[in-house]
Amino acid sequence: MNPLIVVLIVVLILAALVVAIYNGLVQRRLRIDEAFAQIEVQLKRRHDLIPNLVNAVKGYMGFEQDVLTQVTQARANAVAAGAQGPAQQAQAENVLTGALRSLFAVVENYPDLKASTNVLELQEQLTTTENQISFSRQHYNATVLDYNTSIATFPNALIAGPFGFTKREFFDAEPEAAEVPVVQLR
Amino acid sequence: MAGTFYDQISANRRNSLFLALAVILLLAVLGFAIGYAISGRAAGAVGAVVIAVIIGSVAALGSYFGGDKLVLTVSDAKEVDPTSAPQLMNVVQELAIAANIPMPKVYLIDDTAPNAFATGRDPKHASVAITSGLLQKLDREELQGVIGHELSHVRNFDIRFALIVGVLVGSIALLSDFFLRFTFWGGGRRSSSDSKGGANALQAVMFVVAIVLAILAPIAARAVQLAVSRQREYLADASSVDLTRNPAGLERALAIIAEDKEVLEVANRATQHLYFTNPIKKFEERSSNLWSTHPPIVDRINRLRQLTGEGPLDATETHELAGLD
Repeated sequence: MNPLIVVLIVVLILAALVVAIYNGLVQRRLRIDEAFAQIEVQLKRRHDLIPNLVNAVKGYMGFEQDVLTQVTQARANAVAAGAQGPAQQAQAENVLTGALRSLFAVVENYPDLKASTNVLELQEQLTTTENQISFSRQHYNATVLDYNTSIATFPNALIAGPFGFTKREFFDAEPEAAEVPVVQLR
Repeated sequence: MAGTFYDQISANRRNSLFLALAVILLLAVLGFAIGYAISGRAAGAVGAVVIAVIIGSVAALGSYFGGDKLVLTVSDAKEVDPTSAPQLMNVVQELAIAANIPMPKVYLIDDTAPNAFATGRDPKHASVAITSGLLQKLDREELQGVIGHELSHVRNFDIRFALIVGVLVGSIALLSDFFLRFTFWGGGRRSSSDSKGGANALQAVMFVVAIVLAILAPIAARAVQLAVSRQREYLADASSVDLTRNPAGLERALAIIAEDKEVLEVANRATQHLYFTNPIKKFEERSSNLWSTHPPIVDRINRLRQLTGEGPLDATETHELAGLD
């Protein structure tokens, strides 16, 4: 066989491999964006729910203004952090989660509030949003891990660099966030 | 556990396809033996194979597209109005996100016995049904555990397996039953007396083969189906914990359901393998036998306790929970 043809075949096979790996990496990167979009939907929902909650409990909790201000402030920061990338955003959201927890802890001291269907409903809404955020985060982080591993391992690593595939940031959970949030309804 | 859950899912899908093909092959062999035994000719046998495979495929296709509706109707399940059970809808939504599948349809069965099942042909066409008793008796975390288990069945394509293989095993039973009744009424003899000597001997052999197959095939097919079904219950429990990160919730849910003595009236032999725990309670002690659709609850709880590093349940606790299988 003509050596030229052999070389040509080898080049073609290599090109096909590069295309396949490239497409695989693009697909993985798209999955990350998709997973992140999912987190953002729920974060937005949480941000929208919080003013309702604050309004619902304001009347009862005249003496605990600082808790409410804390929540409102944390929410404002979280909304603002939305544009600063996953790491900062995750941090601001964790502060907000903490503020909400202390708010619900305070609610426990007010029997009227605990019995209010409106507050109960909001509590359930926020619990589910919180769970959805943490489940989306699990999924997002798993996707990022999968992508980061694949661009760092052979043979993908040879292609990832030249084509501009860079490592992505995790949406970090606070240390104890693997637990279910401590919003108790009973 | 070897590999990621994605690997588990693709392995599951491969196994399902393989098992479905094996059952179809068994159906074809059974059809051949029966066809030969009755007609005494190879052409007749091939005809019977074609008929058997067509019946099996039609039944499998029918259950692929309509089986979920049938199961839901038989179980008297009504689609849930989202405003009437917001917490249930929220929990399903959360775990659908965790499992990365679309939100399934949610149904409620009006029965005080706590139980649940999932059905459908793939995650895009899936339904989850929960009894009202389950909703009343479980708290949020326990409900999460049960829904996580059911959505794992959806994500792992166990629901498709349950639909198709269930029906194929059913067709084998039907064909065998038909043949055994047919021979009982002397159907085979008439045609064998018309045939020539050489063919006659072969036909007689085939007749015996067909009878043996007709007796053994349904048993073997069902045993394999149930073994796979039990294995997948463990996998769904493990997947549920992988989703919720909370083994305690599922463990408590299993214990509550095991202690519950109420009977789920809408469940029957044909749908029992779909449920979260076996809805048909038995009052004898034969836990891990060949014919149960589910592993013993005590065993499922003990496997979950391993995840949290706790020891297995002690003897009295085990005894309390052993009423159901």
